[in-house]
Amino acid sequence: MMEFLSNFWVQLVIKLLVAALLVPLVGMVIGFAEMKLSAKMQSRVGPYFAGGRWGWAQLIADGVKFFQKEDLVPAEADRPVYKFAPVLVLVSAVAILVPIPLGPSVVGRDLDLGVFYVLAVSSLSTIGVLMAGWSSANKYSLMGGLRAAGQLIAYELPLILAVVGAVIMAGTMSLSGIVNAQATWFSEHGWGLGMPFVLVQFVGFAVFMIASLAELARIPFDMPIAESELVMGYITEYSGFRFLFFFLAEFANMFSLSAIAATLFLGGYWAPGLSERMLNILGPGILFAKIGILVFLMIWFRWTFPRFREDQLQTIAWKWLVPISLANILATGVIKVIV
Amino acid sequence: MATLSGRLAQIPGMGMAKGLAVTMKTMLRTIFLPGKYLNTVNYPVVKETPVARARGVIALDQEACTVCMLCARNCPDWCIYIEGHKEEKQPDKPGGRVKVRATLDRFDIDYALCMYCGICVEVCPFDALFWSPDYEYSEHAMGNMMHDMDKLQDWMATVPPPPEI
Repeated sequence: MMEFLSNFWVQLVIKLLVAALLVPLVGMVIGFAEMKLSAKMQSRVGPYFAGGRWGWAQLIADGVKFFQKEDLVPAEADRPVYKFAPVLVLVSAVAILVPIPLGPSVVGRDLDLGVFYVLAVSSLSTIGVLMAGWSSANKYSLMGGLRAAGQLIAYELPLILAVVGAVIMAGTMSLSGIVNAQATWFSEHGWGLGMPFVLVQFVGFAVFMIASLAELARIPFDMPIAESELVMGYITEYSGFRFLFFFLAEFANMFSLSAIAATLFLGGYWAPGLSERMLNILGPGILFAKIGILVFLMIWFRWTFPRFREDQLQTIAWKWLVPISLANILATGVIKVIV
Repeated sequence: MATLSGRLAQIPGMGMAKGLAVTMKTMLRTIFLPGKYLNTVNYPVVKETPVARARGVIALDQEACTVCMLCARNCPDWCIYIEGHKEEKQPDKPGGRVKVRATLDRFDIDYALCMYCGICVEVCPFDALFWSPDYEYSEHAMGNMMHDMDKLQDWMATVPPPPEI
């Protein structure tokens, strides 16, 4: 059995299946959570009838609906680019999951440059968004695409700089290594206690979360798809399952960015007092619980705050988040050298 | 500004925290005390009673209508269709005058077009049109939203009595 499981191709198929099933599943769970929580925040019930109880089947019904719809391509559109853009956005959301450890030995592939890989792949979706905006041959799409480009490039910087603090603390760019560093932080003292980096890297964590909200183009950073101004921004012309891809990619991206934040700052799969064997079994659950908390935060922010103006949005990125995260790197580096 | 709450409000980010507190509070009490704080009703199962003078639908009192066409001409959407003919009414007493009275043949309102402005109700000089609070008259096909005068007459039963002066 173990021999069969350790075959490279068998492992590859299992990993691909897990990733292919996890992303739609997680997208639906988060989408449903958002529907229900936003309803409660507005004194409503939310989805109620689909599936018989609590409306649990609402997003399955929605998914089926999207597949029934016509896949429209505008006459003036750049067809291959238009068709490929949603795939690229979704693929980047899936590919982020590769190096994220679910347990000490449960990991898609532990990359030495895991952090670098994750950030590089996450910026692929920027290109997808720009492609969608440009190829739709629609002024709203184009405006949305350009706003998205301006915003995503501006917030890519603080996102990356915020991570550097955690990388300096751990002394490695491998995500497994960073979790390990958090789990064994006080091990030389023999206390058996670890330290999630959020305790000392709180600034980095806050900057990362704000920047990832902006990367997701969610309210309060939803200038690129601002419904009241741009119809639906770069998604305007999409329909049917390509629209579903964008929809799913948003929730999948929420999941993967929260997974990165949980791994870098909240200790990932690690929880105090568990042996390595236990962590391999319970690790995914612990990681998902931490992701759940962060996803709830994102939903909470979305249904509380109004949209930022374009100039406010750029001001936050360039005048606040970038200097703050640079100062954070400096402080972390100095303390690391002294201690 | 010297009060404690005034000082607290000056802390940066306090406004954001307040907003977050509002949504959190609303969420928690909607989850745990839905009976008290839920603002919606489970519609097809539970029905909300509209206020007495709600503008649900327009009812017609056929007896009062004189086919003067004022409502149809004043309707901004032209969604009222009226046809009528003249009828001679024999005098009650011998030697009296023969009266001519206009009678309705058709009085349709196309509710797919109607925008519920109520100008027809306002403009009717004979008090033949009334607002009724009934709102459950949706149809599966848009063409079926054209309702005839018998249906409009039925709605008269749902019209609340006029307010006392």
